[in-house]
Amino acid sequence: MKIHQLSLFLENKPGQMAAPCRLLAEAGINIRTLTLADTQRFGILRLIVSDWERSRPLLEAAGYVVNVTEVVAVEVSDRPGGLGELLELFEGGDVNIEYMYAFTFGRGDRAALIFRFDRPDAAIERLRAAGLNVLGDVEVYHRIAG
Amino acid sequence: MTFHPASTPDFLPAAQMRELQLDKLRQVVSRAYDHVALFRQRLDSSGFHPDHLRHLHDIENLPFTTKADLRDTYPFGLFASPIEDIVRLHASSGTTGKPIVVAYTRQDLDVWTSVMVRSFAACGVHSGDVVQNAYGYGLFTGGLGAHYGAESLGATVIPVSGGNTDRQIMVMKDFRVTAICCTPSYFVHLIERAGELGVSVRELPLRVGIFGAEPWSNSMRDYMESEGGIQAFDIYGLSEIIGPGVAVECPHHRGLHIFEDHFYPEIVDPETGRVLPDGDEGELVLTTLSKQAMPMIRYRTRDITTLFPEACPCGRTVRRMARIGRRSDDMFIIRGVNVFPSQIETALLAVEGALPHYQIVLTREKGLDAIEVQVEVTPEVFSDKIGALESLHERLARALDQALGLRVEVTLAAPRSIARSEGKAKRVIDRRSINEAPHEDPPTVSLSRK
Repeated sequence: MKIHQLSLFLENKPGQMAAPCRLLAEAGINIRTLTLADTQRFGILRLIVSDWERSRPLLEAAGYVVNVTEVVAVEVSDRPGGLGELLELFEGGDVNIEYMYAFTFGRGDRAALIFRFDRPDAAIERLRAAGLNVLGDVEVYHRIAG
Repeated sequence: MTFHPASTPDFLPAAQMRELQLDKLRQVVSRAYDHVALFRQRLDSSGFHPDHLRHLHDIENLPFTTKADLRDTYPFGLFASPIEDIVRLHASSGTTGKPIVVAYTRQDLDVWTSVMVRSFAACGVHSGDVVQNAYGYGLFTGGLGAHYGAESLGATVIPVSGGNTDRQIMVMKDFRVTAICCTPSYFVHLIERAGELGVSVRELPLRVGIFGAEPWSNSMRDYMESEGGIQAFDIYGLSEIIGPGVAVECPHHRGLHIFEDHFYPEIVDPETGRVLPDGDEGELVLTTLSKQAMPMIRYRTRDITTLFPEACPCGRTVRRMARIGRRSDDMFIIRGVNVFPSQIETALLAVEGALPHYQIVLTREKGLDAIEVQVEVTPEVFSDKIGALESLHERLARALDQALGLRVEVTLAAPRSIARSEGKAKRVIDRRSINEAPHEDPPTVSLSRK
């Protein structure tokens, strides 16, 4: 099960991040989590939102280049060693992690990791075989909202 | 395609055309000699007299006319008709200081209208077509030139003029427009804006686009034809000669047919002024064979092109010129290297596969020139991976470095962050003159003495 992530191109200038966030807020769309990948010259804002299908045309109409990527969300224990155990699954080298970021649900002892794999289906299979919970769009939202 | 009687001279046998040209050349040179002081002085000092014109190639003995001559004699200094005979004035915006003024007698306007009729006819426009004329009406020659041509042809003209893009799209859709005249960059803008408004230009009845007033590449043609659902035609002209209607493409798109019975073309080496044979690339020099109010003798257009004498499959016998890719004065010099915007366009195209919206910014820091090319990120090249964008950036920079032989700073810009123009696209922003102060002391902060 994969979830949908929106990526936006941003110029490296003050105020660039606020505008798309405001746009989503005005439309009542919640940002579940985000990460900003940046270089000296430009940035890529990656967003997991409550309603990606509605967000995309909204952002495009406002002039953004928007990319929708399928990423994998995995639930792990929010305790020392939680991430390390998971990463060990991919030490073999046949599945590559292109980037990842993490967030906690704000309560309890669970955290979620978002991965962009080069071979997501193989990765999901391996995660599930290890007994890990791979989350879908709806689950990610409800765990945060819930 | 239906044949329009006004197009007859397009099909004149070459020998007959040369005879006609020589006859008209002698008349126009005599007219300029008799009525234009600057031309008479120049000819007298060269020792050549209009009576010495016996063959067409004798034109090489005549002095060139340049844009500077028009500025120096501003406003009416090159007129060969008294003001009572002049029925129209146009002016082109000067990039520095004074504009240039051009004049037309009644007969000049008739010639202009006739070459525009022949232009529309060559593009397959006929009565029954609805023509959206989005060239600016006013001092610029584009608007009125296209207007009277299309009207005289018998087409239905919508004089919408330039600007107000949303209204243009409404007009195009609601009035069932079949042909449009505007600058190519504006048409690209129209397609983009229409898409945002939920209108697919491709689905509309629009069939023909006639684009001029700025150079455009073949990739732009492909884009406009596929996204606009049209056949795109290049039209060439300049106010100094008449306005639009000096030359135009036919459906074979093998260069632009020059209306040689009114405009005599030569190609010269832009450095030496030496006349080059047909087939060689150089600067286009034009002589107006029919103009009364303001004859232009050997006018240096600054446009770089090639003349092709071979007959075209369309049957027209007049010579063709290659599409203008660059102007010798579009060129800018960076650290001693001559650069044409078209070189930059070709490099961007090679990397991205389609031409993105771009802008060239020239700056000077501590006396050293720098060139920055800002390139808008398109959905086709955007990726969520930093590495992919870094690699795009690197490929763009390398392609530009190689094309120009210069270190080029490439900036990836957000979509639509570079201003769109409703007239000619402004591709080069030269900030060097403002920043330039290499020989001055640094500015001092003046303290208030009040």
